[in-house]
Amino acid sequence: MDAADEILRVEHLFKSFGATEVLRDISFSVHTGETKAFIGPSGTGKSTLLRCINQITVPDSGKVFLRGEEVTQAGQKINLYRQRIGMVFQNFNLFDHLTAVRNVEIALLKVKGLSPAQAREKALFELRRVGLDDKADLYPAQLSGGQAQRVSIARALAMDPEVMLFDEPTSALDPELTREVLEVIRTLAQQGMTMLIVTHEMRFALSVANEVLFMENGTIVERGSPNEIHDGTGFERTRRFIGQMEEFR
Amino acid sequence: MEQIAFITRILLPNLGAGLLMTLVLIAITTPFGLALGTTVAMARAYGNSPMKWLAKGFVIFFKGCPLLLLLFILYFGMPSVGVSLSPFVAAVLGFILCNAAYNSEYIRGALHAIREGQFTAAMALGMTRRQAIQYIILPQAITKAFPGITNEFIYLIKYSSLAYMVTVIELTGAGKAIATRYFDYTEVFLAVGIIYLILVLITTLAAHVIEKRRAIPGQIVGI
Repeated sequence: MDAADEILRVEHLFKSFGATEVLRDISFSVHTGETKAFIGPSGTGKSTLLRCINQITVPDSGKVFLRGEEVTQAGQKINLYRQRIGMVFQNFNLFDHLTAVRNVEIALLKVKGLSPAQAREKALFELRRVGLDDKADLYPAQLSGGQAQRVSIARALAMDPEVMLFDEPTSALDPELTREVLEVIRTLAQQGMTMLIVTHEMRFALSVANEVLFMENGTIVERGSPNEIHDGTGFERTRRFIGQMEEFR
Repeated sequence: MEQIAFITRILLPNLGAGLLMTLVLIAITTPFGLALGTTVAMARAYGNSPMKWLAKGFVIFFKGCPLLLLLFILYFGMPSVGVSLSPFVAAVLGFILCNAAYNSEYIRGALHAIREGQFTAAMALGMTRRQAIQYIILPQAITKAFPGITNEFIYLIKYSSLAYMVTVIELTGAGKAIATRYFDYTEVFLAVGIIYLILVLITTLAAHVIEKRRAIPGQIVGI
């Protein structure tokens, strides 16, 4: 892959909360259509890493580039970059006071400036994409966890992002609801969406990702394709971690 | 017969005029009190350091100052610094300041009760801070603060009677005037009391209806 395909580049990212170093010299780049899965023990900075990419958490040092433009130097223009980076949260974070369709269209109206008719059409299209157009008029509290997460995916997709960040999208869900969310993400991967996924679903990560990055104590310890991790040398820690995770299933 | 004539010719017209003034006081105070209260709450929650302190000072001062004293300062005290306020303006100003101080506390509490993730999600979609507050945080906060704001409105109905102390003839003032002239305290003040009670009951009912209508389906109402 050449540099022209590069959507996202992260260079030497560091972040501490108080005395705790959460990210230590994280670097990687993401190309068009690629899916990267970040795995590793809890508290190793995976979520913080995603939040540093769209500057929801401001890193201490290091740079993030979106198509060659430095996001970390955006200042007031950070909103413009965030519109191009979709984010899905562990706890969905749907807007509690808005129906599903209003959740999806609010940013189209207020941020992108679409007309009400255009926004509604786009919002319903995105809800259909995640199979929830029949739930358009329900409020978040009336949705199951799986449905809520799919609405939040539709909300992010509606902005036509160049890259999607998934922060443990199924960790707050019951096992039987996890599948419907993973299926939506898998479909997105097949459609060529560029994605970064933090997840504890090992089988899913290995089946959907082009590259799996194993993080521990704020650094990327091992990284490789699912095939390399399965067979290659130098992936012992990743394999051990995956093995431990699978044991608990 | 004489009694009925007193009620229809004297009592009701006078109390009616007083009631009208009470309603005008409330009608003007409420929107301004709510707007100022929201502004103060936002300054405390999201403002920079000087704004926070200014807003906090506002709340401490106007919550701490007895309303009657505040009205006296506005009406009797201000002329000594060259500002003469009419009784009506002094009363309304005092009510707005007091009403805003309390409403700001309800709204501030509600702002803090909105989960952090709501703000984060709005920012992640590319909203500015201002948009996130305007479209996501504030509408939810107002709904949460609504029971408190309703209570404050009910207090306002009753403390609007203090306007009488700065010579605004509202419901209580009108009652006092008739009672004194006809030496009939019991009946007149009973009538005045019943009118206040009816106002409060109407408010409570209306608030209940609005609260139900504003409630988000599937969510537990109130905080």
